Amino acid sequence: MTTQHVTVTVNGEAREADVEPRLLLVHLLRDVFGLTGTHVGCDTSHCGACTILVDGTSMKSCTMLAVQADGRSITTIEGMAADGKLHPLQQAFWDNHGLQCGFCTPGMIMEASWLLAQHPEPSEHEIREGISGNLCRCTGYVNIVKAIQQAAGELQSQGSATSAGSPS
Amino acid sequence: MIPPQFDYVRPADVEEALRILREREGEAKVLAGGFSLIPLLKLRLARPSLLVDLRDVGGLDGIVEGDGGLTIGGRVTHRRIAQDPVIRARFPLLHDAASVIGDPQVRNWGTIGGSCAHADPSADWPAVLIAARAAIVCRSVDGERTVLAREFFLDTFTTAIRPDEILTEVRVPAGGPGSGGAYEKTERKAGDFATAGAAVQLRLGPAGDIAEVGIGLTAVAEAAFAATDAEAALQGAGPSEESFRRAGATAAAQSRPVADSHGPAEYKRAMAAEMTVRALRRAVARARGGA
Repeated sequence: MTTQHVTVTVNGEAREADVEPRLLLVHLLRDVFGLTGTHVGCDTSHCGACTILVDGTSMKSCTMLAVQADGRSITTIEGMAADGKLHPLQQAFWDNHGLQCGFCTPGMIMEASWLLAQHPEPSEHEIREGISGNLCRCTGYVNIVKAIQQAAGELQSQGSATSAGSPS
Repeated sequence: MIPPQFDYVRPADVEEALRILREREGEAKVLAGGFSLIPLLKLRLARPSLLVDLRDVGGLDGIVEGDGGLTIGGRVTHRRIAQDPVIRARFPLLHDAASVIGDPQVRNWGTIGGSCAHADPSADWPAVLIAARAAIVCRSVDGERTVLAREFFLDTFTTAIRPDEILTEVRVPAGGPGSGGAYEKTERKAGDFATAGAAVQLRLGPAGDIAEVGIGLTAVAEAAFAATDAEAALQGAGPSEESFRRAGATAAAQSRPVADSHGPAEYKRAMAAEMTVRALRRAVARARGGA
């Protein structure tokens, strides 16, 4: 089977690999690069546990091929904390008990980071719409919404231009 | 789930892409956003030997308003359509639909061309383009051909597109004064496919009667279809709850839903009627100048 060479920037770092075209992006991240923070949930593009940012836009990485990401910039949950400090979204999920089992959480945080880049002061309705591609079986979403609201406020007061963790 | 093996190419322009599709006719599939094709590959329901990624191909991303109407490039994402101010103002039917396709991640990457070429029987765009009496442009090495949306969606996952063609454009006619449109979709949960979806595009005449109407239904037949009986019944009718209800019942009667996890056939038929009524109400309100 012929492989293709893929070069991607992951959380600010250049990474490369020789992959089969059929390798899913989520498997490139988890199995090849060892970044297991991104989770495979439903594997049928519904649950959003695999959500990452590709060129700053949220994407379900189980529904993209590694070869499609060639030359692109990827941000995963591992790229959210900076200088040993939790990203405001991560801190807010902690403060507001926005997780129980934690399986959906990386995808929730990545989707929320994209949402806040689009809507820095989202209404509750916009938050709920914004995470409608991310399923949580534990929390009932209430504390997830509160966490995103707290993070929005924190990012606004920090005056960040973007809510994505590491530079892409 | 692991897709079967395939080769992958990323042509630099549309001419190269079309050449490859002609050379590998029948074996190659076009890849745009991937949100229809990749799930299919993961379930091994499709086994192309080659994927032709349109990522680097230009000329397919335009949203252009002209005298006759709107031209949307095949690779335009649902999100761009949902956010476009011209579409929101003058083609609200398209704005409605683009806003409810899938979920945010799907809308970020899924494309109108990919959705139409894939033709899921519960997809939103086919019903909308049928209602709007839009045209779909398919291009091969031999040139372009235009197929009316009403003649494009033939059967489940089956369209008039040929294996060596790319869906390059969708052309939506301008409504003109007195026009209004709306899309109504009911689903089991956030981000779901429709249980039933109804698209309406109409024009009120100077006396307030329904001068022209297009109704497209999705998820209640083997493919999206035009509710032609309901359209005929509404032609020249005055818009009223009574005429809407009659149209809804007529549209439901033309449906042929199959029971599945969305619900029994009778429920889907009832939802087809209800969505038609709601879409007619909002289309008329918009035609009268409301939102």
